[in-house]
Amino acid sequence: MHPQLSPQAELTGVHVDVQRTAVLRGLDLVVAAGEVLGMVGANGSGKTTLLKVLATLVTPVAGTVRVRGPVVLLGHAPALCPQLTLRENLRFVAGLAGRDAAVADASLATVGLAAAADRRADRCSHGMRRRADLARVFVTEPSLLLLDEVQTGLDVASAGLVDHVLEVVRHRGGASVVVSHDRDQVARLTDRVVELVAGRVGPAVIV
Amino acid sequence: MTAWLQLVQITRKDLLIEARSGEALLVTTPFGAVALLFVPLAVGTDTPLLREIGPGLYWVVVLLFGLLVTLRHSAVDTPAQIALLRLCGVHPVVRLAGRAVASALLLLAFELLLVPVTVALYDPAPHGWPWLLVVLPLVATGLGLLGTLAGALAQGLDGRTTLGPVLVLPLAVPLLLGATQAPRAAALGHAPWPWLLLMLTVDLIAVLALLLGAPHLEEVA
Repeated sequence: MHPQLSPQAELTGVHVDVQRTAVLRGLDLVVAAGEVLGMVGANGSGKTTLLKVLATLVTPVAGTVRVRGPVVLLGHAPALCPQLTLRENLRFVAGLAGRDAAVADASLATVGLAAAADRRADRCSHGMRRRADLARVFVTEPSLLLLDEVQTGLDVASAGLVDHVLEVVRHRGGASVVVSHDRDQVARLTDRVVELVAGRVGPAVIV
Repeated sequence: MTAWLQLVQITRKDLLIEARSGEALLVTTPFGAVALLFVPLAVGTDTPLLREIGPGLYWVVVLLFGLLVTLRHSAVDTPAQIALLRLCGVHPVVRLAGRAVASALLLLAFELLLVPVTVALYDPAPHGWPWLLVVLPLVATGLGLLGTLAGALAQGLDGRTTLGPVLVLPLAVPLLLGATQAPRAAALGHAPWPWLLLMLTVDLIAVLALLLGAPHLEEVA
């Protein structure tokens, strides 16, 4: 599917310093609605920082950021409270988002965790926690989904869930950004891939 | 969703975590009780002396161990969880206020659990006790707010376990003074209002600090 013209996120001349070190240096990027954008780059190239900028969690020292939300960021570590059950975690998110508790239960069923819904998060495998984190997408229905190495810890069967999640967001007219070290995986999941080099979108764009 | 409903959700979640883990209350309360027990063992069965020092010791234990309760409780959020809250539209003030409310409720429970222990060990004079109905919530609120602010300020710092108490203890001294002096003043027939006003002022300053400081304290990067 080709991306539509309207931007879901637009970054212009974005400059971010982390602990006095320039991580993003005048970065320009447009993520179109309906697009699944892949992003690769070496360690320290600024991928995770860029996702935080897109999530409006980090404010750049220079440049402009325009994002149409709501945004969901799924990072390296699942954002679950370990002492709560998977159901309680998802219901908490649903409550904050003003959604019904039943949406949380249905979301867990969608990611294949209905049977484990009442298990505490700290007693679940990493893959299960990762799937529960993915279920947030169905609870909050984001317009912009940001995935940071999200397939780490997922088995082959569960990895198909990421495809499904990306398709759901695209179907709603939203956009996704997928960050990974695995170029083959990114190329398979996304419409186009950009490479971050030293805090900028590099000249080489892998298609 | 209104900020009030989000605050309720956060408070409810924090209390659920505490009920599940028991980390703040179940671990700290027995130690507080042991601390109250050790003093009579050290000073012997001098009943008038124990009766005299009992209320003061109770508040010292509440302050020191309550500080642990609130600081432990403020350390539960990971950066990923804070990011989640922000992306769900939770304002930093609402996040910290929800935490402070949960902390205050835990501290109130902690205070109430130690009251019968103090009565059993020290047999304090019952004069001025009704004022505890006002003093206990004021101290719990103040400590909960101060601990939450200190926890947020020290979040992510290497020395957070040391920094937290260092930040809170000096600010909590007026609470200790008010808590010990208000019932004593009432027992002596004086008006306890100045001491209650002192505690209320600390609480209000802490509320103001939370309202003004929360957006600057939340750092996800």
